[in-house]
Amino acid sequence: MAWQTFGHEADIGVRGSGATLAQAFAGAATALTAVICDPAGVAARAPVGVACAAPDLELLLVDWLNALVFEMATRRMLFSRFDVRIEADAGGFRLAATAWGEAVDVARHQPAAEVKGASFCELAVVHGADGVWVAQCVVDV
Amino acid sequence: MELRRFRQHGPHAWELPASGRMRVPGVIFASRELMEAMDEKVAEQVANVASLPGIVGAAYAMPDAHWGYGFPIGGVAAFDADEGGVVSAGGVGFDISCGVRTLHTGLTRADVEAHKKRLADVLYARIPAGVGSTGALRLAGAGMDAMLRGGARWAVAEGYGSEADLAHIEESGCAAGADPRAVSDMAKKRQRDEMGTLGSGNHYLEVQVVDEVFDAAAARAYGLARGDVVVSIHCGSRGLGHQIGTDYLREMVIAARDAGIALPDRELACAPLNSTLGQRYLGAMRAGINCALANRQILTHLAREAFAQVFPRVRLPILYDVSHNTCKEETHRVGDAHRRLFVHRKGATRAFGPGHAELPREYRDAGQPVLIGGSMGTASWILAGAAGTGERAFASACHGAGRAMSRSEALRRWHGRAVVDDLAARGILIRSPSWRGVAEEAPLAYKDVGAVVDAAERAGLAMKVARLAPLVCVKG
Repeated sequence: MAWQTFGHEADIGVRGSGATLAQAFAGAATALTAVICDPAGVAARAPVGVACAAPDLELLLVDWLNALVFEMATRRMLFSRFDVRIEADAGGFRLAATAWGEAVDVARHQPAAEVKGASFCELAVVHGADGVWVAQCVVDV
Repeated sequence: MELRRFRQHGPHAWELPASGRMRVPGVIFASRELMEAMDEKVAEQVANVASLPGIVGAAYAMPDAHWGYGFPIGGVAAFDADEGGVVSAGGVGFDISCGVRTLHTGLTRADVEAHKKRLADVLYARIPAGVGSTGALRLAGAGMDAMLRGGARWAVAEGYGSEADLAHIEESGCAAGADPRAVSDMAKKRQRDEMGTLGSGNHYLEVQVVDEVFDAAAARAYGLARGDVVVSIHCGSRGLGHQIGTDYLREMVIAARDAGIALPDRELACAPLNSTLGQRYLGAMRAGINCALANRQILTHLAREAFAQVFPRVRLPILYDVSHNTCKEETHRVGDAHRRLFVHRKGATRAFGPGHAELPREYRDAGQPVLIGGSMGTASWILAGAAGTGERAFASACHGAGRAMSRSEALRRWHGRAVVDDLAARGILIRSPSWRGVAEEAPLAYKDVGAVVDAAERAGLAMKVARLAPLVCVKG
């Protein structure tokens, strides 16, 4: 699993990649945390379950990131480890995950900006010819 | 941006002629320099907005326009419900009714300089700012719904301010037609303990001094003179607005696909105004506007408490409160007719000209105050809606400078501590919970707001009244 953020004029993009779709989604989630603070500084102490479903993979990525934004906002937590499972079903795709993290500690984490939501801008979930899955979109901060 | 495809109408209006899917032309108001610096995506996004059903006149972009989602930031577009017009969640954005409120203090620069450090510390202690911060208020159930229906009017009734405040807020502090039932439980849960919080990113509370007056008559009408100290608050509808944007963007994307509507960009997801989904979104979005107005009203109350601690006899009356991420139903003259239109302003400020009936009596000769935010070390501006702007971009003007570089580039260039020290050396005190946040918001990470304001004035959108220099900034 690999992750990175990428530039957008007003905001910032998040991108994850890996050998599996689940790894790419986990990478995008790590990049989401990196928008806010250094993921390496967030202890994976407490698990939070997340589930979502969508008719296509791109919408599933937006739903996944927005579910994490919601959990971060309402639990006042940051996450650094993501165990993700994605399955196809009759309605499209279903994601079940456990996000591991800890409560926001402003002095230690130095969180820069909260993420308002995941957008459809630069949204893509692709399985490249090299076999690598990439999942990305721009998030509003 | 490549300018050859534009037709120039004077030095500050650039028309993108309608072609392909575009139903109307696009018009960008900017100087040549600002146009050349704009990303190609702005023209692409203006053209995409111009292709939406029921759009009236043109798709506009303000001098601070930059690449957004679906709509450009700085985009303005009006739709007629009777001509199949649409409302777009992406055209309003995630931070519904994000805006600027400016308060008088009755203090001069000399008054504040004598107590500046203490004032900065007291403000920082009292204003919840940054990621994870919460307010003192807990809202749920009927209380939450009452806030969503009442906006700043609700906040005043709850003891946060006075009736006199409401006259100096757009829509007198309360957007009509808000429907709390159209707001999801998730959105309400996100807002439960976020009332009276500033947020993060480019949101701030700033103590500023009027360092130059450009229009003495308008400044007098607004109660401003050189050397006066004011307070400006930039923030929005917090988690509730963000979640409304998330919920309806998703629903509109799926509805458009199910209806066979091919959108040039999914972020343009929209619904006909005369549809159940369109009406539901309007009800939720107006509730989001009221949340933002109530939030800024509570922050005003907190600022008043902080000032009273340092300057016991000082009052902080509201100069004005503007929202720059909205869709509002307004009457505009189009050709020879007056029409009811739904005007989207995404990163654009309403700028009613002199004589407009919706302005407070004391501002009616000067035009609407247009409050333009700065970026810690740079100036903020107060403009006045220009005469005749109703014909130009549906009475709209710019909202700020816009970023000159990405957040990651800003992080590479600056360290937050150095930015704070540098600004302190210039007499500007920054208080923020996050060094990284300050670095990402470094003044030089933003474009020159002066060039944007000059272009807005020369394009006839709004006229310069006063420039404000920062003294203290509480940054989220």
